[in-house]
Amino acid sequence: MLFRALRKRRQMQAVVDRTGQIAPDDILGAATVRNEIVRLPYFLEHYRRLGVRHFLFVDNNSDDGTREFLAEQPDVSLWTTAHGYKQSRFGLDWLTWLLIRHAHGHWCLTLDADELLIYPYWETRPLKALTDWLDGEGVEMFPAMMLDMYPKGRLSEQRYEPGQDPTEILSWFDAGNYTIQRQMPKENLWIQGGVRARVFFEKEPRKAPTMNKTPLVKWNRRFVYVNSTHGMLPARLNRVYDRDGGEFASGILLHTKFLDTIVDKSREELDRREHFANSDLYDDYYKGLIGDPDLWCDASSRYRGWRQLEAMGLMSRGTWL
Amino acid sequence: MSVGIIMLVHTALDRAEKVARHWTASGCPVVIHVDANVPRKTFKEFQAALSDVAQVRFCKRHTCEWGTWGLVAGTQSAAEMMLAEFADVRHVYLSSGSCLPLRPVQELKDYLAARPRTDFIESATTSDVPWTVGGLSHERFVLRFPFSWKKRRYLFDKYVELQRRVGFRRKIPNGIVPHMGSQWWCLTRQTLSAILEDPERETYDTYFKKVWIPDESYFQTLSRLYSTNVESRSLTLSKFDFQGKPHIFYDDHLQLLRRSDCFVARKIWPHANKLYDAFLTDPEGAIKMTEPNPAKIDRIFAKAVERRTRGRQGLYMQSRFPHEGYEHSITSGRYSIFQGFSELFEDFEPWLAKATGAQVHGHIYGPERAEFANGQKVINGALSDAPMLRDYNPTAFLTNLIWNTRGERQCFQMGPMDETAPMWFVAKDPNAQISVISGAWAVPLFKSNRNFADLRQEAAHLQKLEAEQLKVLRSIWAKARIRIWTMAEFIEAPMEPLQTIIDEMGGHSLRRLSEAPKMADLTGFGQFLQNLKNQGMHPYLMGDFPVAQPGLNQPKPPRKPYLVQ
Repeated sequence: MLFRALRKRRQMQAVVDRTGQIAPDDILGAATVRNEIVRLPYFLEHYRRLGVRHFLFVDNNSDDGTREFLAEQPDVSLWTTAHGYKQSRFGLDWLTWLLIRHAHGHWCLTLDADELLIYPYWETRPLKALTDWLDGEGVEMFPAMMLDMYPKGRLSEQRYEPGQDPTEILSWFDAGNYTIQRQMPKENLWIQGGVRARVFFEKEPRKAPTMNKTPLVKWNRRFVYVNSTHGMLPARLNRVYDRDGGEFASGILLHTKFLDTIVDKSREELDRREHFANSDLYDDYYKGLIGDPDLWCDASSRYRGWRQLEAMGLMSRGTWL
Repeated sequence: MSVGIIMLVHTALDRAEKVARHWTASGCPVVIHVDANVPRKTFKEFQAALSDVAQVRFCKRHTCEWGTWGLVAGTQSAAEMMLAEFADVRHVYLSSGSCLPLRPVQELKDYLAARPRTDFIESATTSDVPWTVGGLSHERFVLRFPFSWKKRRYLFDKYVELQRRVGFRRKIPNGIVPHMGSQWWCLTRQTLSAILEDPERETYDTYFKKVWIPDESYFQTLSRLYSTNVESRSLTLSKFDFQGKPHIFYDDHLQLLRRSDCFVARKIWPHANKLYDAFLTDPEGAIKMTEPNPAKIDRIFAKAVERRTRGRQGLYMQSRFPHEGYEHSITSGRYSIFQGFSELFEDFEPWLAKATGAQVHGHIYGPERAEFANGQKVINGALSDAPMLRDYNPTAFLTNLIWNTRGERQCFQMGPMDETAPMWFVAKDPNAQISVISGAWAVPLFKSNRNFADLRQEAAHLQKLEAEQLKVLRSIWAKARIRIWTMAEFIEAPMEPLQTIIDEMGGHSLRRLSEAPKMADLTGFGQFLQNLKNQGMHPYLMGDFPVAQPGLNQPKPPRKPYLVQ
C-alpha cells in the first residue's frame, strides 16, 4: 500500500507548498476535499483553535472555489488532482504520500472536511496537551468514533452559513444504538450504528457505515491507513480499546454530513458513484437523502458537549484527568 | 530563618525560570540542578536568564534518568550547595521544574517556622505500602539493577529473573531498614546535613547506587536514622496513575488546586498558562493557616483509576471492549425476563408495570419487531425496533437497551418463537432474573381458531425450541437467577412465585401484591393437550393436566381477579 501511494504521487500537482513552515513539534492536519467551500471556514477555525499548526490538503477537482480559498490560507499547503477519488482509495493514496513526506514524527490528524474532533477537555486543553500526555503514556494513536449529527426537521429546512458552528443546526444524534465487532487479523473494532444505520440500513445492517476511526496518530512513514481512517497497519495501531474491562481515552468526530447542502450533494454523488467498497449499496441511501428526510425521532439526544457524550459512554477520559 | 528550594530541572526551562524567580522574590534561595542531558548551550542560556537573581545557584550537573542514581546524586550536590551557601536556611524543600507553588510562599515559610524540627518526608517500609508498580517492592533493595528499565527493559527483566532463580540477595548495610515514599520532601538542616555528612555515607551511596528507583528510598530510608520527628507525608501534591506515571495538571484544574490548600503541586503541564499566571502572582489579603487538604483531589483521582482499570460495567464502546470473561459484569444493570407469563395471564404486562413501576416491554426479540413498551418504535438511545437491525447483533441490542435505560429496571417477555434471543448471554449474566413457565406457549394455540393439523405442527415446533432454551437455562454455566415452573405447577398457586419474583426485583416497595393478573380461561385446556397427544404429538413441557379437571368442566362465570390478604 505504501507502494501504491508512491505510484499515485505523480497524480498530484502542488498548488501552494508551504511545508517549509512546519516546525518539529507542530501538529498537522491532512484532508482530501472536493467542493467543501461551505464547511472549510469553520473546519479551519475549529482545528486552528485546537492548535493544528499546518494543514495538508488535496483538492480533488473542486469547482466551487475550494481550491482558491485554501490556497490563500497562510497555514495550508495544497495539492490538486483530477484523478478518480475511488481509484486512489478515497484519497488515501494521495494523503499517504503527503504524510510520508511531511508528517513523519509529527502528531497528525487525518480528517474529512465534515469531521470535527472533540476529546475530553477540548475546550480548555489544546491538542498539544493531549498529544504530550499520549507521548508520556507511550501511546501512538487516539481513537474517535464518528457521531452522525442531524437537525430536527427536514434536512433542507435550516440553512447553514459558512463559518457557523454546524452543531447549532446539527444538534441531534443517536446515543445508544451502536454495535461493535472485533475483527481479525487486524484486531480493529468495527462499530456500526447511529442515525444512518437506523434510517437507511435497517434492512441491510451489515452494509451500514463504519463509525470507528483513528484520526490522530503520531505519524511514522511506515504507517498506513486502511479503508479510510477506520483501520491501520501495523495492527498494533488498532488496539485503541482496553480488553481487560478498563477504559482507554477516546474522542468523538462530530460528523456534519447532514447540512442542507447534502440533498444536492447526494444527487451529485449518485451520478459520480464513487464511494466505499461497493457503490451500488449506497444507491438507496443517496436516493433516500435526495428525498430530504427528517432524521429526528423522539429518542434522539440533543448535543450538550463532551461531558454529556462521556456520560453516555460514547467517549472516555481514560486516566486523563 | 528561611526555606531553601532545590529544583531538579530537565525540560521546560522557561517555566522553571519563572518559578525560581517566584521563590526568590519571597526570600527563598534556590539551588537548581539541571540534568546533564540538557545541551550545554541551552543550559548556558538558562543560567544567563537567571543571572540577575542573586539567590539562585546552579550546582554540579549529573545525568538523570528515571529510576537511577543520577537523581539522588543531583539532589545531594544541590543540597550540599544549599547548606553551605545559605546559612540561614532551616528547611530544604525538594521540588522539580514542573512543580508549582499553590499558596503564597510566606504561608509555607510560616508553616515551617511553626514546625522547626519536623521533617516532611513520606517514608514507609516496603511491607506496609501497596503502591509499588511493577511487582518490585522489597526486591528493589536486595537485587541489583544495572540495566535501565526504560531503555533496556528486556535485560532489566531477564536480570531480575536470573537473580531470583539463583537466589541472589544483596546485603543491606548496617542493618538500615529500607523505607520508601514520594521523592518530593522537605527536610530540616539538621537531618539533611546529618545524612550528607554521615561518615558511612560512602557505604550507603554504594549500596543505593544499585537499588532500583533510589530517589524514592535514599532520603526516605536515611532520614529515619537521624530525624527526631518524621512527619510521613509530602507537602507536594503529586498524584500517580495506576501505572505509576504522574498525573498532569492543566488550566481547568485551577479551582481544584486552589481548594486543595497544598503548598506545591506537580506535575504542571508547561503550557498551562492560566495556572502559572494564577499561582505565580501572590494574592493579597489574609494569609491562611490551613492544613493542606488533598483529600478531595485524592477522591477524584481514585475514581479515575477505577475507571481506567475496571471501567463502566456493561458498557461496550470504542475504547472499552472487554475479552469475554474479563469483565466484572456483562450488562450495566439488573433486568427481568419473563417467559410464558403473558401467555398465561391476559393482562400480565400492564399488571407487572403497575406492581413494580418498572419498564415492561413485550417480546423484544419477537419475530415481527422488538415490542417495546407502549408500542414505541424507537426507545432510549434511539434504539430501533427494526428486527433486522436487532438481529444483526442481538447481544449488542440487549446491552444497549440495558445501558441506555440505566437507573430504570427493564422487564421483557421471551418465548420459544423469539429465536434470535441471545439465550446463552442472558443465562450467563448474573444481572438477569429469568422466570419461565414452561409450556405456556400452548395457551395461545389453544385459544386460536386454526386448523388442528397446523396447531399440532406449531406445537411440536415450539416445544422443541423451548426445550432447547431450557437446556441452556439449566446449564451449569448459567449464572442468572433462573426459575422454571411447568405450567401445571405454576397455576396451582400462582401468587407465591409472583410475589417471590417481585420481591427479588426489590427497590419499589415490599408490600404484598394486592391484585393478581387475570389468568386465561383454561376450560378445556386438558382436553386440548389430550387431542395433541392423540395426534401423536406429546406435549410435556406444561406438566400434567388431567383431561377433565374437576370444576373446570362445569360451566361457571369467568374468573375474577382474586384478592390475597
